[in-house]
Amino acid sequence: MYLSQFLLLAAVLFCIGIYGVLARRNAVLVLMSIELMLNAVNINLVAFGAFRRNVVGQVFALFVIAIAAAEVGVGLAIVLLIYRNRASIGLDEVDLMKG
Amino acid sequence: MVLQNIAFGVLAAVMVLAAWRLVTTQNVVRAALFLVIVLAGVAGQYVLLAAEFLFAVQIVVYIGAIVVLFLFGIMLTRAPIGRDAGLDNDQKALSAIVALFFLGVLGVVLVQAWGDTKLEFPKDPALLPRAADLGDAFLGPYVIPFEVVSVLLLAALVGAVAIARRD
Repeated sequence: MYLSQFLLLAAVLFCIGIYGVLARRNAVLVLMSIELMLNAVNINLVAFGAFRRNVVGQVFALFVIAIAAAEVGVGLAIVLLIYRNRASIGLDEVDLMKG
Repeated sequence: MVLQNIAFGVLAAVMVLAAWRLVTTQNVVRAALFLVIVLAGVAGQYVLLAAEFLFAVQIVVYIGAIVVLFLFGIMLTRAPIGRDAGLDNDQKALSAIVALFFLGVLGVVLVQAWGDTKLEFPKDPALLPRAADLGDAFLGPYVIPFEVVSVLLLAALVGAVAIARRD
């Protein structure tokens, strides 16, 4: 196995996540695309950890997982609040700060 | 080694296809189910990389908790369960250009830097990092970040409840 095959798979997943974040209008789907990007980063961390044969890559991947869980909780709470105030979670309608 | 490469290829193909469908499908619930496929594929890659503890964490935390949270979010915001044409905005072409450009840059950089680096595992399984080493790392050199993350999780939990509750 080559190291680069894992890195390239992670790059492809990350770019699909970028496309999802930019092209989706529904806020829940944007959050899902962000999860995709975080998972791609985790594959990178674990692959480099396996390459260096130490445990640090897995430690940082676990930190990323914990922070992703916190991010999803707060993110979905904000989405819920936007839905309650505006009866819609279309992101292009959330333009309160537009000049 | 051949068997691992076949497993990697199958998993990678399934993951990329499911991820692509995740960002293109017009059905929100199906998007969540495609997310499950991608996350399970990531768990499979962890097994290939000899990270068995992360495999279990991935299954329990992501597929068990975060996807359920997403499904709750979909239900509570009453997104249309069936097909819905309004899930994408009108910047699809621009987004595709940005993503492909980024993929090109990343691909060139990664192949030039690590293109012919072999990933080899020691023959003796005792030399691989195990879950016990992870525990030692978390309660040894990384104990302060570990505690900070637990406080962060608590703060996020309280914050989510405070944001989402009805007054």
